[in-house]
Amino acid sequence: MNPTAVLETSTSPGEPLINIAIFGAFVLVTMVIVFRASRNNKTAADYYAAGRSFSGPQNGTAIAGDYLSAASFLGICGAIAINGYDGFLYSIGFLVAWLVALLLVAELLRNTGRFTMADVLSFRLKQKPVRIAAATTTLVVCFFYLLAQMAGAGGLVSLLLGIPDKVGQGVVIAVVGALMIVYVLVGGMKGTTWVQIIKAFLLILGAGVMTIWVLAINGFNLSTLLENAVAVAGSDDILAPGKQYGLSDITRLDFLSLGLALVLGTAALPHVLMRFYTVPTAKEARRSVVWAIWLIGIFYVFTLVLGYGAAALIGAETIKAAPGGANSAAPLLAFELGGPLLLGLISAIAFATILAVVAGLTITAAASFAHDIYANVFKRGKSEATDEVKVARRTVVIIGIVAILGGIAANGQNVAFLVALAFAVAASANLPTIVYSLFWKRFNTAGALWSMYTGLGSAILLIVFSPVVSGAATSMIPGADFAFWPLSNPGIVSIPLAFLAGWIATLVTASKKEDPAKQSEMEVRSLTGIGAEGATQH
Amino acid sequence: MGDEAPTSVARKDADFAGIQSSPDFVELKKRHRAFVFPVLGLALVWYLAYVLLAGYAPDFMAIPVFGLVNVGLLIGLGQVATTFIVTMLYVWYANKKLDPIAERIRDEAAEEGVR
Repeated sequence: MNPTAVLETSTSPGEPLINIAIFGAFVLVTMVIVFRASRNNKTAADYYAAGRSFSGPQNGTAIAGDYLSAASFLGICGAIAINGYDGFLYSIGFLVAWLVALLLVAELLRNTGRFTMADVLSFRLKQKPVRIAAATTTLVVCFFYLLAQMAGAGGLVSLLLGIPDKVGQGVVIAVVGALMIVYVLVGGMKGTTWVQIIKAFLLILGAGVMTIWVLAINGFNLSTLLENAVAVAGSDDILAPGKQYGLSDITRLDFLSLGLALVLGTAALPHVLMRFYTVPTAKEARRSVVWAIWLIGIFYVFTLVLGYGAAALIGAETIKAAPGGANSAAPLLAFELGGPLLLGLISAIAFATILAVVAGLTITAAASFAHDIYANVFKRGKSEATDEVKVARRTVVIIGIVAILGGIAANGQNVAFLVALAFAVAASANLPTIVYSLFWKRFNTAGALWSMYTGLGSAILLIVFSPVVSGAATSMIPGADFAFWPLSNPGIVSIPLAFLAGWIATLVTASKKEDPAKQSEMEVRSLTGIGAEGATQH
Repeated sequence: MGDEAPTSVARKDADFAGIQSSPDFVELKKRHRAFVFPVLGLALVWYLAYVLLAGYAPDFMAIPVFGLVNVGLLIGLGQVATTFIVTMLYVWYANKKLDPIAERIRDEAAEEGVR
């Protein structure tokens, strides 16, 4: 079967009806599970943290589901298919990052916090200002990530469902957003987690089957696969680094900057952190990360084979010319291998991926608003749990509507940089304060505020004045040019700056000591788990 | 339950300052930091070396080792392997060296709470 022949007659290879039917089946099955899971959603711990009742392996699978977004599945496969090694280089940062989560963050966070990142950051510092700062960075990271996912949905629609016009794509974005609102509203964290578990299972299974298939075609010899990819590409530069990031000193530095943000940002992504509260103990949090690391690591090895497989079986030129560009590498490969049925399956999984990731982001943002801003800042910790959950549910609807409108507005725009920006903001605004408050006794409120706002502000400012926003043909605003900062990734400046700001501000205001009893309590609790909230009993 | 400020979930009667200065806790903290900081540091340096090699020594990364599989691909897969190894090492270390002490401290704190 030649995919180019199909492409000439339709914007989508395969049968859009099959794709929709398989996706519909996924929605139906997950809806039933979400409704069943929702019967026990009574308290705040149930709604935000799934009653802390998931096991390590379950939560680890959900983390993988949350983390392996459409960008990492379709994006990395496509990047390897077109740019070869540099796509693989990109995926390694996403994996190594989990060691920061495993060694520094997961267990200590599970032991000290309850629902949100701000719980931990404000533990021994001044509640109000630190919570506001932490909730702000949480909402900013979630918003950037959410917008990128929703905008990506538009591109996927044109590729997978054969809907080329903007109005039709807008309708599909609205449907995806509406489904997501129902999942989160009804199912809370428990429902969201189940959606992610099912999606991760399907995604890894689908990618695994395709990987074995590609390897079988090449006699289970990696070198043969590479030979075939080189033969189609007509050059062996896809095997070595440099095709994408090695063009100039600027691109090299840019990749270094991106690598830093990926490696240090993952353990500070609010929607990843919140997942650690869904297990009963710190030991289960550790098991979750271990499971996540295995699943994510194996998945990235799969994408390596799939990327080179797409390069060998389809060819970079055909992929680039297809609707969806690089993102179409994995779907085209599925079509080449298994015809319309496998394509339908992979397409449905890609859709499910967007749905699940968006749901995870939404519940994180809603929890942060309701728990940090409403309950602890407005009501000074004296609100009723039922009111707090009510506020969270309303926030979910608002965020859902904003995501739909933002997704429709950003559809077709070049907003892929938003994901990298979300990692950079997480690494600059959140990670320094997380590390300092867990490991540095003298760290104080001024240090936290300076570090968070410096990280947030510098990352966003550098992006605004970078080539991704203006001054280049691929910019968001190609007509204007106010890009006096050459790098597209701010991490290499903003991360050290935020660490430095937290350190200097703490030293300068050293006379303002925080409550030493709180410091003792936080340190003892973080390492021993004394007083940590366990699973709720029903 | 469900709406208290985060700290009020903790046992009010637990003597955190006392535990913090107890020999058991000092040892737990020492063991935790003795593993976590150097191992994470090494892993990040190893990753940084990989990114720098890819950026500034692409010719070295392109040296074929067997068939078309080159140094770069092996180092990349090596990153995956070291991530898995560090993960397994930490689980072993935590189970053996951290969890027993943490459990002992927890049990003692619970007993004191009863008294």
